[in-house]
Amino acid sequence: MSYEIKTPELGTIGLLRWLWRQLTSMRTALILLLLLGVASIPGSIIPQRNQDPTQVQQYFVNNPTLAKVFDKFSLFNLYSSTWFSAIYLLLFISLIGCVLPRTWEHFKNIRALPPLTPKNLIRLEEFTKFESQKSADEILVIARAHFSKRRYRIRDCDASVAVEKGFIRESGNLLFHLSLIGVLIGVSAGVLGGMRGSAIVNEGESFTNVATSYDSLSAGRLFKLSDFPPVTLKVLKFTAVYDPLTNAPLDYSLILEVTESGKLDSRRVEVKVNKPLTFGSTRIYLQANGFSPKVTVRDNAGKIVLSGAIPFLPQDGNLTSIGAIKVPDLTPTQLGIVGSFLPTAERDKIRGGFSSYPEALNPRLLMAAWLGDLGLDTGVPQSVYRINTAKMERVGLKSLAPGQVWELPGEIGSITFDGVTKWVNLQIVRDPGKPFALLGAVFALLGLLISLFARRRRIWIRTVLGENTASSGVIVEIAGLSRSPGLAEEIDALVRVLKEKRGDDE
Amino acid sequence: MSKTDWATLSNNFVYSSMGIIFIAFISFAFQTAWSFRVEPLANETLKTKSMKYTKAGRIGIALAILGFIFLSAGVIARGVSAGRVPWGNMYEFSITGGLAFLFAYLVTLRKYNVQWLGLVVTLAVLLTLGTAVTLLYVPTAPLAPALKSTWLVIHVCAAIISGGVFLLANCVAAAYLIMDRYQDEDGNENRPNWAKQLPTLAELDQLSYRLVALVFPLWTFSVIAGAIWAEAAWGRYWGWDPKETWAFITWVAYAAYLHARVTAGWKGKRAAWLCLFAGSTFLFNYVYVNIWGAGRHTYSGL
Repeated sequence: MSYEIKTPELGTIGLLRWLWRQLTSMRTALILLLLLGVASIPGSIIPQRNQDPTQVQQYFVNNPTLAKVFDKFSLFNLYSSTWFSAIYLLLFISLIGCVLPRTWEHFKNIRALPPLTPKNLIRLEEFTKFESQKSADEILVIARAHFSKRRYRIRDCDASVAVEKGFIRESGNLLFHLSLIGVLIGVSAGVLGGMRGSAIVNEGESFTNVATSYDSLSAGRLFKLSDFPPVTLKVLKFTAVYDPLTNAPLDYSLILEVTESGKLDSRRVEVKVNKPLTFGSTRIYLQANGFSPKVTVRDNAGKIVLSGAIPFLPQDGNLTSIGAIKVPDLTPTQLGIVGSFLPTAERDKIRGGFSSYPEALNPRLLMAAWLGDLGLDTGVPQSVYRINTAKMERVGLKSLAPGQVWELPGEIGSITFDGVTKWVNLQIVRDPGKPFALLGAVFALLGLLISLFARRRRIWIRTVLGENTASSGVIVEIAGLSRSPGLAEEIDALVRVLKEKRGDDE
Repeated sequence: MSKTDWATLSNNFVYSSMGIIFIAFISFAFQTAWSFRVEPLANETLKTKSMKYTKAGRIGIALAILGFIFLSAGVIARGVSAGRVPWGNMYEFSITGGLAFLFAYLVTLRKYNVQWLGLVVTLAVLLTLGTAVTLLYVPTAPLAPALKSTWLVIHVCAAIISGGVFLLANCVAAAYLIMDRYQDEDGNENRPNWAKQLPTLAELDQLSYRLVALVFPLWTFSVIAGAIWAEAAWGRYWGWDPKETWAFITWVAYAAYLHARVTAGWKGKRAAWLCLFAGSTFLFNYVYVNIWGAGRHTYSGL
């Protein structure tokens, strides 16, 4: 009976061992590697939430059934999905299971000597044989000196010498794979301890780095609020330079006034597209820009109910922008302005009003006024660029140049287009894992170069006494083993050295 | 000389190089055509034909070198015209890519017997340049702000050279698969005459491996350089942008190929197919993602 009890226990351990062996086999690693490549393909075709959320929404509108299926398989956030993570985690476990024992083995062998000279050298690669007038000892001494100059490991055997080179090839190989683990650790550290947020700031306004200042903010599990560098950034000036022929942007430059809390004096810095501002592991990037029309809204008594610069969202290369002005504090009913801003307004029969250049050369603010309920109290978050006009009624249309006033219909008040300023979108990113990922990548590259280009080879030299015992010479046999090219040249060089005449000859 | 003069000069050089490479292509075609008739067993009697064969090949290579020089001049003049490195749009990527491919071939030719590849290489370069001048041409324009970085030189240069060598390895792997059909079950090769000057299967297998092993670290470097640049320009070093995703897929595919060759001992047919697959992911990335793909790497200028 004990036989029956024992079997399942052994079976479980055996099964686990079998599974582990399967997982760490080269074959599985290869399949996982290819699977990882194939699995990442859909993400390049299907829009991703973290890259373009509006396109994902559009996908749900256009193909609702397909979108639901896609969403079920996390295809809209593929790279953070469970099944994608499962593939690369299995791959890394397989890699660790394969590399760690090999590293240990390699470490143990670090002082190992080359294997003994095989009996039949003739079976190996590049076998050469010649007769020499030198003595056996002389031959072996020359060979030893020759190879020690070339940094081979040397082992003296019976009437022969075994030499070996290229341990570093395996060292490079292991360094490469271990560094990949380093890259993974760096990436994970960045995700867990990192933060990414953005904020739109008008020219002349300030951004204080606390959580409430952000328009959008996402942080990793280990991110603490104290990780925000305590700074205040004032947007002094934003300049965009455009090519007058193609209207394409040439250069963006943002001048910030940086005040670190606890310090009285502030400093001025320039931020450009490829030149972010750095505070430790947090960096501040200039990500987007646009126009903010400045408006003042007055009620029928002439009291100001809203005044300021309102960021509009660019729609094309000439910065035709759309936006919304929401005035909840107007009596008797709320006011909403659906606006579009044209920096260089022009008009033709086909397109109507449009912008022909991305700078504010002839600015116009086109407005549609709506009265009714803005729906701000419903609790559903709204876009700041759009107005939900479901419970509203349109009361008028108007186009204003800077300085002009529109007396709203029904004598409810007026709106003044005071002018225009620019806004910038600051992207603030903290990634504490970055240095580790970079270090891992650099070491991986180094390991890769060593493992691909270091040459591993073994060479054996044996002296056999000549058949003609009268002669003092010996027969020298040489052969080697190598996976990389160049063994023949190496053996030729050795033969040349061995055949060199002694100084006292002739 | 004004900017437009340089641009015109660049165009003239590119067109001339196409003419020269076309004649090189014709020479290689003649070489291949004559090789049909060379009976290797009766080499002595057909000496004249075999002479013609070598001569056509030599002319082809000389012209390919000349075409390379003209194309280099075209690429350089394009850079001078734009006042920057000539890697700002798809037209410029393509002429530089054609140059890199030709360069990879000529360098390989110094060490290995790859003269037989001349026909395919010149044809591929002609097709690339032809597409570039007809479909992809855009006048020189300044760089977008995001491209204004030293990393443009480093990242794009490494990527273009890697691409040239990857495609060459692809040609060799394809040749392997074609030659493999002439091998019978016992391992004897019964090739038709035209294929007899091609290296043996083992040599082809080895050559495509060497090319990939040589350039895989450069591709790795190109991806790392791109990540460093993306961190400075976009605020993240890796964002699974379509171009990044496909660069990753290419990397993974070649990594699998190298592992399969070195560790798992895959040789021959399976390795050649894997090599072709990896190379096609690179091509897909270049063509599809640049022109039709979304994401941040859309600099085709089309």
